[in-house]
Amino acid sequence: MSAYEISIVSIIGINVILAVSLNMISGFCGQISLGHGAFFGAGAYAAALAMVGTASVPLAIIAAALTGSLLGIVVGFASLRVRTDFLAVTTIGVNFLFVGFVRKQAWLGAEMGISGIPATGLGAAGNMTMILLFAAATIALSFYISRSWMGFAFRAVGEDEGAAATLGINSGAYKLAAFGIGTALAGLAGGLYTFFTQFITADAFDFIFSVMLMAMVVIGGIGSTWGVVVAAVGLTLLPEAIRFVNDYRLLVFGGLLVLVIRLAPGGLAALMQRAFLLTRRS
Amino acid sequence: MSAALQLDDVAIRFGGVQAVDGVSFAVEQGDFVGLIGPNGAGKTTLIRIIAGLLRPDKGRVRLSGIDVTPDATAARVRRGLALTHQIVRPFRAMTVLDNVVLGAGYRRTSSPFRAMLHVDRRRENERAARILAQVGLGGTESKLAGSLPLGQMKRLEVARALAVDPQIILLDEPLAGLNHAEASKQVETIAEVHGQGITVVLVEHNLEEVIRICRRLIVLNNGQVIGDGKPREVMADPVVHDAYVGGGMVSHAEA
Repeated sequence: MSAYEISIVSIIGINVILAVSLNMISGFCGQISLGHGAFFGAGAYAAALAMVGTASVPLAIIAAALTGSLLGIVVGFASLRVRTDFLAVTTIGVNFLFVGFVRKQAWLGAEMGISGIPATGLGAAGNMTMILLFAAATIALSFYISRSWMGFAFRAVGEDEGAAATLGINSGAYKLAAFGIGTALAGLAGGLYTFFTQFITADAFDFIFSVMLMAMVVIGGIGSTWGVVVAAVGLTLLPEAIRFVNDYRLLVFGGLLVLVIRLAPGGLAALMQRAFLLTRRS
Repeated sequence: MSAALQLDDVAIRFGGVQAVDGVSFAVEQGDFVGLIGPNGAGKTTLIRIIAGLLRPDKGRVRLSGIDVTPDATAARVRRGLALTHQIVRPFRAMTVLDNVVLGAGYRRTSSPFRAMLHVDRRRENERAARILAQVGLGGTESKLAGSLPLGQMKRLEVARALAVDPQIILLDEPLAGLNHAEASKQVETIAEVHGQGITVVLVEHNLEEVIRICRRLIVLNNGQVIGDGKPREVMADPVVHDAYVGGGMVSHAEA
């Protein structure tokens, strides 16, 4: 594989982890978060500091997941107070706060970011393999949660918290769990991103990036693990394959998002399911 | 033995309105109680207090002797309280069976991490199918709950309430919006539920049915209990009669 291919596959793996983990929060549990970039960034910075301090890869990974999850649970507490659109606005605020905070912190490199992060020692191909393994594990976890009683309860909480309560389901605990797990994975993705680039700045984790992740989830089909994986791969490759898309990335993603919401609210997953049912009937 | 449900001097005020004003009563295990009152009497508010959706300003709510006043709805359900909503709230995107299975799995969903460790649903599926057959919804298992007609959704509410193994079931207008045939089938189901030894508290506007099936009536007006006893005796009480046919309006205007 060329260095270019390795870097594309690595980015795809990271985006798959991010989109699938956001889908656990917004798709499974119905808590719309537009600040996933903040948890990704928190993990990336935690891993960068751990690498600079100790050069230990396992330690950096644990620090990344833990930091993402801690910030996620704090935001999860907000989800106990504010709902739907207000939660979406709150998470946007968290994303801006994160970027604004990091930019002013000398110990986080401020505007210049953190550079010269020690390499993992695995080489580019080794890093890519590690990223793909974590992506595969994330997908497997997502399928497992969806099948478990936890996923079942998540769907109930996402649809109607009041009705879930009458079945003895403590919505608050489930929302915190969704945020805790989803943001731990976002933090993990941040750590992997740090290993991959060895140089991070706050700009990589801004609100626009969070919207792109939500676009992957919605275009893939909110709640469908497969749909989201396909969309994450496709939407990461698209700007590489078509120069126009790269130049007008926001325009294209925004346009796709509007089209999907307007014409096929279930995203790719629902389209595929409909096509499958049609072919079976004919 | 302590009462299945006990209210001690429960009161709540909304702005200038004393919606519930010092209500006390106890419902014994196995009883069948109708809670009635004219519009604005405070029935819905009282139901919301019992269900844990509202905190009273004062007073205590006890289930089987245990004080649940500070507990949220989910915790009360785990103490043996089941409730149905006046306006049906099925999980529309789930099948009819799954709506009940989720209730039947209440032991598995007690905490997110316990829920995460369990996948198997066979036992809950079987139990949910039995409950659906019991309320007359056999054959609808694989339909989406959102596609059911209102009469069947009302039965689904009862099925979900039964799934959590309740000791006491609080039915908020289970007959509202049903036609005569549907209503009498629903009443039959409710009587069967009571026949299983479950305590029933029924809030209902359909007085004829309430008087027919309840063993005891509690009448609310202006947030206070104005009648409590055997249905026929309570309805014959002039105070209760006045509250229903307009005398209540006069005393309200004087107050």
